[in-house]
Amino acid sequence: MSGTWMTTRAWLLMLPLLAIMVAVIGWPLVDTVRLSFTDAQLVGTAGNYVGFDNYTKMLTSSNFTRTLSTTTWFAVVSVAAEMVLGVLAALLLNQEFRGRAVLRGLMILPWALPTVVNATLWRLIYNPEYGALNAALTQLHLIDDYRSWLGEPGTALAALIVADCWKNFPLVALIALAALQAVPRDITAAALVDGAGPFNRFRFVILPYLAGPLMVALVLRTIEAFKVFDIIWVMTRGGPANSTRSLSILVYQEAFSFQRAGSGASLALIVTLLVTVLAVAYATLVRKTAGSAT
Amino acid sequence: MERKNPVFTVFVYACAILLASVILAPLAWLFVMSISPAADLAAKPLRWWPQAADFSRYAQLLSTAENSAGAAFTASLRNSLEVAGMATLAAVVLAVPAGWAVSRTPSVGWSLSMVIATYMLPPVALSVPLYMGLSWLGLLNNVFGLALIYLTILAPFTTWLMKSGFDSIPREIEAAAMIDGAGLFQTWRIITLPLAAPVVATSALFAVLLAWDEFFYALLFTSDQRAKTLTVAIADLAGGRVSDYGLIATAGVLAALPPVLIGLVMQRALISGLTSGGVKG
Repeated sequence: MSGTWMTTRAWLLMLPLLAIMVAVIGWPLVDTVRLSFTDAQLVGTAGNYVGFDNYTKMLTSSNFTRTLSTTTWFAVVSVAAEMVLGVLAALLLNQEFRGRAVLRGLMILPWALPTVVNATLWRLIYNPEYGALNAALTQLHLIDDYRSWLGEPGTALAALIVADCWKNFPLVALIALAALQAVPRDITAAALVDGAGPFNRFRFVILPYLAGPLMVALVLRTIEAFKVFDIIWVMTRGGPANSTRSLSILVYQEAFSFQRAGSGASLALIVTLLVTVLAVAYATLVRKTAGSAT
Repeated sequence: MERKNPVFTVFVYACAILLASVILAPLAWLFVMSISPAADLAAKPLRWWPQAADFSRYAQLLSTAENSAGAAFTASLRNSLEVAGMATLAAVVLAVPAGWAVSRTPSVGWSLSMVIATYMLPPVALSVPLYMGLSWLGLLNNVFGLALIYLTILAPFTTWLMKSGFDSIPREIEAAAMIDGAGLFQTWRIITLPLAAPVVATSALFAVLLAWDEFFYALLFTSDQRAKTLTVAIADLAGGRVSDYGLIATAGVLAALPPVLIGLVMQRALISGLTSGGVKG
């Protein structure tokens, strides 16, 4: 069969997928760009061309800068905690002990739990009047009075981060575990014979094997965390006093609650650009790590 | 080999118990809440185990009596099943030929890379035109419309999984069938698809899980029992003025059951799918 026919046939086979993708992703993205230069409302008026007005308005608003820093804080802290906890759990699951297979199996549970159910569960646990956290801490005499964990700006974001970590660190653990299982046993044995301590063995023998897969997990988790919407919406709706408002929630409010499609679109594109920059920076880093590890 | 130091062994078991408790405690509490009488849940000090297990909320939510909490719940359950089923079916139908094409003809692979790169896009970047588009088509608050939108998430992912699945099927087997005179679709039917069946099944399961989990588009594009999915129904319950927290927990348990069972039963396949993503990138 000739190469041209092969290529033509491949395109024909991809056509349905590509057509649908253009319809549900390509076109909406282009239209978001168009809308971002207009003052269109969500319903009704088509809007007039307003140039970069939406962008300057959004970028200079204090809402945006505050939301950006909240989102960054959420992403950095939760992803860092997930990485550390995930690697620690993987190191544990790579040891030999009775019940290991069962424990490995349990790790799938938080991952499989729907995000909204997870958010609801933690919302109930944090409940200011009847929540399990308040009950447990009071009964252990760690706090005197019940607190509104999600109702106070000082604790709401931290409470969200804990809930997010609980759901996501097991996935990092499973990815890290798969990488650990690929470390040849004779290499760790040789390092032991050479007198390398636990830390040095981890740093120089095991970490190079973990680096690649962990970088990929880090990239994917960071992108996810930066786009976060569901868990925050269900637990706090961005409150109290907007202290847990993420960029995605800000876009939702602008475009759907206030029905300002134009400025909402410009904000959405700013978020997209930030995520893209993040992803490209990371991809470069991943390539470097992968290069140095092998 | 690691020396079997007894202190180290105790440490390992202590950590294992801690990890198991961290994972299980919140889940166990969700279940306990669902079977505790409302009075126990409001008691101070909190009762950690019900005096008498009360499964009536399950019956209440699964009943279809009109205008009950059950009617809203079962409607959303049906919508979730319909949307996940339709979106998964469509995603697999699109992904099989596309994944095969990219696997056998790497020169068109860049188009799949572009499709996968859309993963970076936050759904908010598409949501306004999608809302206007669905509204124009009359597909707002409609399970077909929602299933169509879910393809933005499901199709790239399943295609990518299918592509790596086809990569592991030697093309020589297909070539042999074609030399014997089988056409492309015949070769697929006789050779490729039977060999790829496990990958197709895994991709489909992933797609179902993704659709079942989806919240943002469902929140935006559905408004009542005709199309509201489970995730939206549960968020409504959690955010509403429901005074019985046990009922919210029960809805959570029921919504979590299918994906958790899929997760446990398909563990091996799911983990290898997840980690191959992590390892191969």
